Amino acid sequence: MRKSRAMNLGTGLFLLLGFAALFFLTTQTTSHGLAFRSAPSYEVTAKFGNIGDLKVGAPVSMAGVNVGRVAGISFDPRDFKAVVALRIDDKYNQIPTDSDASIYTQGLLGGQYIGLGPGGAQTFLKNHDQIVFTQSALVLENLIGQFLANFNKNSSQPAAGAAAGGKPK
Amino acid sequence: MRYRVGGRSIFDGLSMEFARGRVSAVMGPSGTGKTTLLRLITGQVRAESGSIEVAGTLLADLRRAQLFALRKRMGMLFQNGALLTDLSVFENVAFPLREHTRLPERLIRELVLTKLQAVGLRGAAELMPAELSGGMARRIALARAIVMDPEILIYDEPFVGLDPISMGVILRLIRRLNDALGLTSIVVSHDVREISSVADSVFLLSGGKVVAQGTPQELQSDRSEVVKQFVGGLADGPVPFHYPAPDYFGELLARDGGRYA
Amino acid sequence: MIADLWNSMNDSLERVGDMSRFLLRILAQVPRSLARPQLIVDQVFNTGALSLVIIMLSGLFVGMVLGLQGFELLRRFGSEEALGTAAAIGLVKELGPVVTALLFAGRAGTALASEIGLMRATDQLAAMEMMAVDPVGRVVAPRFIGGVIAMPLLAAIFSLIGIYGAQLVGVQMMHVDSGSFWSQMQASVNLRDVYEGVVKSGVFGVACSLIAVYEGYHAEPTAEGVGAATTRTVVTSAVTVLFLDYLITAFFLK
Repeated sequence: MRKSRAMNLGTGLFLLLGFAALFFLTTQTTSHGLAFRSAPSYEVTAKFGNIGDLKVGAPVSMAGVNVGRVAGISFDPRDFKAVVALRIDDKYNQIPTDSDASIYTQGLLGGQYIGLGPGGAQTFLKNHDQIVFTQSALVLENLIGQFLANFNKNSSQPAAGAAAGGKPK
Repeated sequence: MRYRVGGRSIFDGLSMEFARGRVSAVMGPSGTGKTTLLRLITGQVRAESGSIEVAGTLLADLRRAQLFALRKRMGMLFQNGALLTDLSVFENVAFPLREHTRLPERLIRELVLTKLQAVGLRGAAELMPAELSGGMARRIALARAIVMDPEILIYDEPFVGLDPISMGVILRLIRRLNDALGLTSIVVSHDVREISSVADSVFLLSGGKVVAQGTPQELQSDRSEVVKQFVGGLADGPVPFHYPAPDYFGELLARDGGRYA
Repeated sequence: MIADLWNSMNDSLERVGDMSRFLLRILAQVPRSLARPQLIVDQVFNTGALSLVIIMLSGLFVGMVLGLQGFELLRRFGSEEALGTAAAIGLVKELGPVVTALLFAGRAGTALASEIGLMRATDQLAAMEMMAVDPVGRVVAPRFIGGVIAMPLLAAIFSLIGIYGAQLVGVQMMHVDSGSFWSQMQASVNLRDVYEGVVKSGVFGVACSLIAVYEGYHAEPTAEGVGAATTRTVVTSAVTVLFLDYLITAFFLK
């Protein structure tokens, strides 16, 4: 009987440990988590034409320093733009209102993140403000398409010029 | 209680009847299927032909649940006791009560201690099976076998490996329990002298058949070769001493390359 | 020799069929077992709590190795920050369930098989049948349920400790940025990945527990028989786990 009591205790402990592990795995490794960093913060929004691969939870940095996180991503059906909510730590409360937000990629295999470039305004971003100047993510296919289009334009111009120039002669 | 046993490949045309309220012994050389007989009686194995009737019920007619119900009226003592090693002695004896009845704890305690007292081991109630000697383990198993007050008690080679004292204890218990509780006891054994002292009737099995039956005294004075060899413990007889092999003398000669041929 | 191969294939198929029928028998006894929760609790302790030490130690070391190897590999692409992602996904989806299952088979599986096999060899199971108690319900089902409950929990503990092991190596020793380690992981690992890992460990738990109790229950009632059953448990469990791993991974990739 005494052995049973110790066994039950041990089992209970084990079950607790196991479920705690499951809980931590689901919350700490995924973006569905509870942010245990309960540092006070404020939220601003930014609209992008294309957010590429940006995910909720991606870092927001300024000058390479992490100042916050992407808190939410939604879609505005009126102007067909993506609305990204940025949660910025309260201690970075002197970001000029005319700063710009761009989407960059970390390293070669990295995820995408938002980089803030400082503006020159004397007023600073507060809760519920919106960052107006944004630059969408660079989509590789568009880049290649642009490059090819430019290439064609440049190569067909001398030919047209030669034809035009050749004619009046 | 009557038992009629039909046939199976090991037995061919076997017919036995065990009288109610008596101690019957089943003996025979090793390998004649005495354990198989027990398994036939308890329904663990099915007979190919013939019938097995226990307490007026044909075994072949029973479904699993009914077979289980019938087994509750039987008790069995296994060769090595077969106590559950993770339970204490008390819990082992209480096991059938806990599994099949909803008796209050106090009543279970009374019953268990009574049965333990009957086998003389009430003081060992808190020990674990690993701490028991062979003889004690077997007595505990016996207490467990009678805890549900069965009508039939089966003993599978209960004397194997026991010292003379323990053997005497078990013998005494077999007889006294049978008489005191009105049981029908079937003892499978090959300790001729021991079991003859307590059995009312004896069956001798050999080659899948009953070669002799009767009271122990009748068997002692039986004329047939088979019975005489078994009862007398003779080395050679109908059960040969030599395992079948070609003629030894001939083999020796052949090996020497016929020098002496 | 071909004939031998064919025969052993047939034997294996027969075994699988036998095990499936045995599983049905066990499942039929589950309701009865649930009425005796103490038995199940004891078995969860047996299979789970007693395996904790080996699981935690292994998780730590596997995580640390993952940290080292992952860092070394990612450094070639300049993506060391992705270490968190790599470690988490590798552990949660694959290493956690699979390695835990293999360790489980070795520690808990053999214990179950030899326990039950010994009961078979000493006639305890036959005695139970004689006392009109179904040994499948009294002995086998609680052990099976205990194993099924314990496995996913052990796998989760393994993965979590593994991730901390990777962090230990990556952040503390190799100076990967701690923020990036976690934030990239959190951005890239989905709930679906964790879900896949849990499903895997659950399935492995059923497989390993079933194989262990089956081999023990059907062991030859001799000393060699119990030993052979124990060996077979480990071998069969290992092959089955790896095979199921492929199936489930492919299924989730659709």
